[in-house]
Amino acid sequence: MKLCITAQGPTLDAAVDPRFGRAATFVLFDTATQEWHAVDNAPDLQAAAGAGVQSAQNVANAGAEVVLTGHCGPKAFRALSAAGIQVVTGVEGTVAEAARRYMAGDLDPTDAPDVEGHWAQA
Amino acid sequence: MIIAIASGKGGTGKTTVAVNLAVALERPVRLLDCDVEEPNAHVFLAPGGDACESVGVPVPVVDEARCTACGACAEICQYNAIVSLKTKPLVFPELCHGCGGCALVCPEGAVTEEAHEVGVIETGRAGPVAFVQGRLNVGEPMSPPLIRAVKRHVRPDAINLLDCPPGTACPMIAAVRGADVVLLVTEPTPFGLHDLGLAVETVRLLGLPLGVVVNRVGVGDDRVHRYCRAEGVPVLMEIPDDRRIAEAYSRGELAIDAVPALGPAFVRLFEAVAERLGAQPAGEP
Repeated sequence: MKLCITAQGPTLDAAVDPRFGRAATFVLFDTATQEWHAVDNAPDLQAAAGAGVQSAQNVANAGAEVVLTGHCGPKAFRALSAAGIQVVTGVEGTVAEAARRYMAGDLDPTDAPDVEGHWAQA
Repeated sequence: MIIAIASGKGGTGKTTVAVNLAVALERPVRLLDCDVEEPNAHVFLAPGGDACESVGVPVPVVDEARCTACGACAEICQYNAIVSLKTKPLVFPELCHGCGGCALVCPEGAVTEEAHEVGVIETGRAGPVAFVQGRLNVGEPMSPPLIRAVKRHVRPDAINLLDCPPGTACPMIAAVRGADVVLLVTEPTPFGLHDLGLAVETVRLLGLPLGVVVNRVGVGDDRVHRYCRAEGVPVLMEIPDDRRIAEAYSRGELAIDAVPALGPAFVRLFEAVAERLGAQPAGEP
């Protein structure tokens, strides 16, 4: 299973970034091989609007199957769902801890966005 | 003639200046409320008439039967309003700027556009004041398309007063662009001064003539006046800090009715503007 964990930096020790669309970094972690790499999300961090949608596209293109993050808004959730990507919200701690908890079966995907859009009703 | 009444800071008196100027002139004028996120000039004018037109921006509609999920539409979109995740595209109308790029690049002709209503324009009349206002639908984040639609009701041969949105961002620029003169309403406070500076810079970048109206003179200090002198920005009117004006405003009444001396003062403001425009070709700073 390929995880995408929103992170405040490009390491396994980095804290989980509570934001999905404007996360600093995406850490892509393969649960089968334990291999990982980081993808810079700076362009979306700067986006005026639509950061969540753009981030969802990036995550889909990276081949992730599950997103572990703090919060996910309605537009990003809709886009991730369309791409068949599961979303786990409310994740805290470090990237490594998040990956471990997911593999231990501690984290369940959500079936709805957990926060409202920033400036428009979806 | 198009006079845009704007300000950096909100709540400085744009609407007060716009509605009182419109009525004080006692001749046919057009008042266009371009503050479409919260239009309130109508409160003071109580215009009769209820003509209403819908304003929409074109947003994409995807014919899924023809779509091959090639992703060209998503690639061209700069606002993430249409995304393709190796599936049929998803459309987010509230992010769409209506450029039509997605429909142009779709090789299958699967993307067409249909109007998505962002707001309405209401027109009416209060005596000699022809009134037009835009009202943005709740939840719509982008006001410039509606502001531009309101401005299509400008009549170049008439006196057009534009009550503009506050700030110096896209809505304000959409409103003041193309005006013959911009009146910046401010107040002699630190916030008033700070945001006046931003507004002056913005209007100068747009290359529009400008003048300042200082409202609530008597509060704060003289830094706004000093700034205007140093920058060579003319102060065309000063409105005193007078409790009667605030009380009238809170009741939805005109300041020129509460303080009769203000009527001639607004007429002089208009004359000062007209004089400056006569001395200066329109469109030049």
